[in-house]
Amino acid sequence: MPELGRAALVVTLGLCLYALVAGVLAARLGRRRLAFSAQNALVAAFGSTLVASVVLFAALARSDFSFTYVARTTSEALPMPYKLSAFWGGQEGSLLLWLLVLTGFGAAAVLLNRRWARDLVVWAVPVFAAVGTFFAFLVVAVASPFATQAAPADGAGMTPSLQNPYMLAHPPLLYLGYVGLTVPFAFALGALLSGRLDERWLVATRRWTLVAWTALGVGQLLGAHWAYEEVGWGGYYAWDPVENAALMPWLAATAFLHSVMIQEKRGMLRIWNVSLVVLAFALSLFGTFLTRSGVVNSIHSFTQSSIGPWFLAFIALTVAASIGVVVWRLPQLRSPTRLESVVSREAAFLYNNLLLLALCLAIFWGVVYPLLSEAVRGEAVVLGRSYYDFFLRAFGLPLLLLMGIGPLIAWRRASLRSLLTTFRWPTAVALLAGCVLLLLGAGSSIPGLVAYTFSAFVATTIALEFVRGTRARRALGSPSWPAAFSSLVARNRRRYGGYVVHAAIVLLAIGIAGSSAFDSVAEAKLGRGESMEIGGYTLVYRSLDERLASNATEIRATLDVTRDGRELGTLEAGKNAYTVEEQVSNEVGIRSDWRTGEDLFVIAEQIDPDGSVYFRVFVKPLVNLIWLSGLVFLLGSAIALWPDAREQRRLVSRSAEVGLPAMR
Amino acid sequence: MTIALLLAVLLAVVAVVAVALPFLREPEPASDTLDELDEQERRRLEELEARDRALAALKELEFDHRTGAITDEDYRTLVGPLRREVARTLQALGDGSPRGPVEAEPREGEGRTTEGRTA
Repeated sequence: MPELGRAALVVTLGLCLYALVAGVLAARLGRRRLAFSAQNALVAAFGSTLVASVVLFAALARSDFSFTYVARTTSEALPMPYKLSAFWGGQEGSLLLWLLVLTGFGAAAVLLNRRWARDLVVWAVPVFAAVGTFFAFLVVAVASPFATQAAPADGAGMTPSLQNPYMLAHPPLLYLGYVGLTVPFAFALGALLSGRLDERWLVATRRWTLVAWTALGVGQLLGAHWAYEEVGWGGYYAWDPVENAALMPWLAATAFLHSVMIQEKRGMLRIWNVSLVVLAFALSLFGTFLTRSGVVNSIHSFTQSSIGPWFLAFIALTVAASIGVVVWRLPQLRSPTRLESVVSREAAFLYNNLLLLALCLAIFWGVVYPLLSEAVRGEAVVLGRSYYDFFLRAFGLPLLLLMGIGPLIAWRRASLRSLLTTFRWPTAVALLAGCVLLLLGAGSSIPGLVAYTFSAFVATTIALEFVRGTRARRALGSPSWPAAFSSLVARNRRRYGGYVVHAAIVLLAIGIAGSSAFDSVAEAKLGRGESMEIGGYTLVYRSLDERLASNATEIRATLDVTRDGRELGTLEAGKNAYTVEEQVSNEVGIRSDWRTGEDLFVIAEQIDPDGSVYFRVFVKPLVNLIWLSGLVFLLGSAIALWPDAREQRRLVSRSAEVGLPAMR
Repeated sequence: MTIALLLAVLLAVVAVVAVALPFLREPEPASDTLDELDEQERRRLEELEARDRALAALKELEFDHRTGAITDEDYRTLVGPLRREVARTLQALGDGSPRGPVEAEPREGEGRTTEGRTA
């Protein structure tokens, strides 16, 4: 049914165009029915995009190779989950996914806010529609997933590295994140265009931003785990341009989530906040452009295509239009209040913002430098790992420390004596941790030692906040300690959910420092029965086996693992030879010690015809804390996202007082 | 092919109906003007936001002081201006007392457990 898919996308394009034109006219002329009509068009666009998506899913499930896209990205032998994941495995499908999520989010955001923030929604609709029109145009005219051909006997198959369970969730989560950032962008622009610069656009978009940010964060961690298990080079983050593409909007959104609190608490940073929203959205477009245009060399960039110029033009137009609107509204955006002291919570949040932005821009420069150097000098110069590591340490370590300082300083201003009192315990614990680690030999990496020390500082401040808060709640009449704790969290979900997210970042920092600054590596070519040693482990190469899977031939070397004379079982590492795709992939062997968080990581680099294998083995201390941090991050985000009845009542009361329908 | 085309036409018809629905429901409305906040309502909304902001800040300060996160010295410096700000926002609204759902913490000193910090 490619005709139905094509027709559905043409309908989507028409609806988005209509929503754009009718939306602008309705807002300019103040026409109520036209505004509702434009909103309906946006909701209907989601329906028609859903129809197109169902057609593509059905074609993938049936292996209908008359669809060029299906034949190019799958094969008959591919397991069903991977056939379906090809929806986002290729360019045309992933653009369709963008459009589906965009129209879905747009429709939901409009329906949820159309009553209480109707004057904002009237202007947000054409913004959503403009973005939707661009993506609908791409999938209709430039990169259609519904192009057809005479069906070949079998498809070309899927890139082997994509045949991994993580690929079922990692790309959709990143797209949820990228596209989710359209919601704050649309409402921010809606607020600017309508001149309604009160707090409602922040309230309308707060949860959307959190959802997008969480999806981007979890998506990146899943991607890191995929790289760790599947790509087989011994690491989890390579500062690859496409990895950076997801990190940059996440950093910008992190900055926004912090600075928006200053606007809510103090009415400050209005210009800064709308600028951050525009930046996060532009970076999400840039991320999609990097992934899909093939303009940079990346292990994640699976396509070479002609959509690049379209994307660049749209990004340029978006940024130019947004800057124009911000400049136009500057007089209304100026804040009535000023920063009272450089030692205050808002100042700490501001420093946090500057560091996040500095890190984001340093990464951006690293990503675009090869493109610029090629354009200017005719030779692409890639900035290597040391460039990124330098800026991660220069900006990331102070950011880590600020995570502990910010929550304990008073809003407006704090005295030096107060700071000394407030920080005596976290500082003592951090110094003690640093000294103990130094004695244990952690001084071999100064950045690693500093990261651990700062992590101890932040962890202590978080624990103190929970302990003091629970104690205060108990004193205020909570019947038990668990009740006091849950009352504490329930009464300020954003604050305490935020602390849980900070705890996740501490775990992440410890995991990254442990696995990168204190890891060890050994290499050896082993014949059967020979052994090698690393980090207290002894590995004995026992056998080499070959077996057939549904879509690949699997070759596995088996190693016996012992540590200090204690048997720990066997590990398998080897390679998969994919028949249809005619490609070979590394399949690593990993033994995790959940007690210490350490991994033994084995790569069978080269398998010789005589059965000898060249092994590369890593011991990665604390690496599992990185994956654990993902779960804690998700928990913190869920707490912060959970609806707050008190806040709802406050908004309802406020809305009622000016005669707005109070439906939230 | 035929079924696909029929479904495509059906989809287009549904889309047109959805877009035309506001006009079909109200062919001759009493008013077709967007019901937006006027200048006075917008100003009041901003004043209400300022009131809620000030009350929330006061509530947070009281709680942070109670937990010991804010020292007595900082509390004494901050609480006066915040209370004045609350009073000012309430006055701007022509309102004599805090209202709405912002719940004040129990007054300072009540049920205090942290050591030696009571103002």
